[in-house]
Amino acid sequence: MTDTRSRYRAVTGHQLFWPVAVLVVMLAANTIYRPGFLSVEVNNGHLYGTPIDILRLSAPLILVALGMTVVISTGGIDLSVGSMVAISGATACLYISEQPDQNSLPAVLTGLAMGLGIALVLGAWNGVLVAVIGIQPIIATLILMVAGRGLAQLITEGQIITINSGPYRAIGLGHVLTLPLAILIALAAALLVAAFTRWTALGMIIESVGGNAEASRLAGIRSGRVVFLAYVLSAVCAAVAGFMITANVSSADGNAAGLWVELDAILAVVIGGTALAGGRFHLSGTILGALIIQTLTTSVYAMNISPQTALLFKAVVVIAVCLIQAPAFRARITRQRRAAPTSPPTPAREKEEVPA
Amino acid sequence: MRKMRMPSRPWHAAAMALATVLLVGSVAACGNSDTGDAGNDGKIVLGFSQVGAESGWRTANTTSIKESAAAAGIELKFDDAQQKQENQIKAIRNFIQQKVDVIAFSPVVESGWDTVLKEAKDAGIPVILTDRSVDSADKSLYKTFIGSDFVKEGRLAGEWLVEQKKGTPGPVNIVELQGTTGSAPANDRKKGFAEATAVNPSLKTIASQSGDFTRAGGKQVMEQFLKANPKIDVLFAHNDDMGLGALEAITAAGKVPGKDITIITIDAVKDGMQALADGKFNFIAECSPLLGPQLMDLAKKAHDGEQVSPRIETEETTFTQDQAKAALPNRKY
Repeated sequence: MTDTRSRYRAVTGHQLFWPVAVLVVMLAANTIYRPGFLSVEVNNGHLYGTPIDILRLSAPLILVALGMTVVISTGGIDLSVGSMVAISGATACLYISEQPDQNSLPAVLTGLAMGLGIALVLGAWNGVLVAVIGIQPIIATLILMVAGRGLAQLITEGQIITINSGPYRAIGLGHVLTLPLAILIALAAALLVAAFTRWTALGMIIESVGGNAEASRLAGIRSGRVVFLAYVLSAVCAAVAGFMITANVSSADGNAAGLWVELDAILAVVIGGTALAGGRFHLSGTILGALIIQTLTTSVYAMNISPQTALLFKAVVVIAVCLIQAPAFRARITRQRRAAPTSPPTPAREKEEVPA
Repeated sequence: MRKMRMPSRPWHAAAMALATVLLVGSVAACGNSDTGDAGNDGKIVLGFSQVGAESGWRTANTTSIKESAAAAGIELKFDDAQQKQENQIKAIRNFIQQKVDVIAFSPVVESGWDTVLKEAKDAGIPVILTDRSVDSADKSLYKTFIGSDFVKEGRLAGEWLVEQKKGTPGPVNIVELQGTTGSAPANDRKKGFAEATAVNPSLKTIASQSGDFTRAGGKQVMEQFLKANPKIDVLFAHNDDMGLGALEAITAAGKVPGKDITIITIDAVKDGMQALADGKFNFIAECSPLLGPQLMDLAKKAHDGEQVSPRIETEETTFTQDQAKAALPNRKY
């Protein structure tokens, strides 16, 4: 009896339990609405179906949210990622569109390098504003969020740049081993970040900076450098997401590409269990958060919920997810339910283990 | 972080950056409004304040106005409001001070124009609204409003479909990609299309979702439409871009756009016309930005004090695949 209960608590107490539960409930609801929702078939030599769509479309958000997780973990926030997506995508597409042979691999690689290059510069700009000059992150990145949108439109001259490039298109729509290339890139990036932060001391350093920057500095950590690098990483992640988003439709729209993605990314981070105040971060939780957000969007279309009510529907689900995620809220609910029985009072939240 | 011991040099850098931004900003501001005394060599002087340059459609609109002013022998004072109402009000006041003959503008927003329109009226300068309207209760504040009729665009699209499916037995399943939820073009195009297709009960709109007027939105929604509905006969998209995004989703689903699924869109921008000429789209109802010639005509009439209708529709047409092939080489936008 006690054994099953402690095992139950071990499962529900895991920080990934509730995001996974929410995702499963959403997929189940969709399957009840339309039994074929989860079906996947092979079409033209690759997997085809709604779950594959969700994976492919969530890839850019996973990338942006990865960078955002690290930035938030340092106690900051990066509002400029949406503009970064538009700028890098527009830069790459503009370069490729001017090439005589848009299908040539060197041309595409040069375009990608240019897009990444400009993101590095802009990420460094954010990093300098926050880490060197000491401007509040929300203000510092707000500058590029607003100005960057203009910059992206300047690059595209207010037009939508359409390209016709096979290699570039593959970033958003290609398949490797029957799976969408985009999700593989996103997962590879996640593994890379996880390897750097969890197999080295870097992760702990980031968390300590987010916990208390001044104390970390006094302890001998170069806080400024860590914060700077977090913004550069965020910009690079956003740039790759920008390539995916523009490749998905083979066109760069300076106005619409990556619009509001920063808010979705922050939401994904929060759903994943990373506190906005900084400190401990959960990469796997962030990935689940991004999957939940994309599943929610896809559900709206799959269930054909009218656009007028879709926003309300999303809001209700997000509020529910956030409440379920909050230990304080869960504790209150369970305490009320078990007011009479002999069970011991809900213990304070246990110390979490560092996930691999 | 180093907030605690702030050295002075970073502040220098911040100040420099701020100064640079301000400098760039003021240079840009100088570039967008040419001021000067109204010419008095007998030419009609038209002051025009444009919304901005936010889309290809808008750029084509600006070009059309500039070119037709030159062709009509009208002196044009052009101002770009950069999406800001205060810029536009400032520009109109400038035009009044310069005593231009006619003022025309595309209002950035619908409300808040009464005062400045009253000033223009008191100065005896007729005002023409283009493309977008204002919500002023006093209709005498402006001479006329020239722009597209979105309901009509939706209706033209619907009427073409009714004509095409006249003898078709059985239900015809339509899916609709709406524009940005709540925007006038989305509401009106949906309304017009629904009105026109209501005459044939076998034409059924089985799903309708917002694709936000973007390619990515249109594609994402269409992917789910295709999976949820095994039989889709017709796609009606509120603009070309959403239709273009949907093309890829249709191809990925193993269907042939334009053949398995009839595609109807609105706008007729260049990429859309290309898709129509290539046989991927089936029909486009035009939403034309080329209202320059009509505007110059109106400006002359307003200057001469002639009566004009308070609501004038932009001259617009529709395109089939063959018409698109013929029109494409001369397409301006």
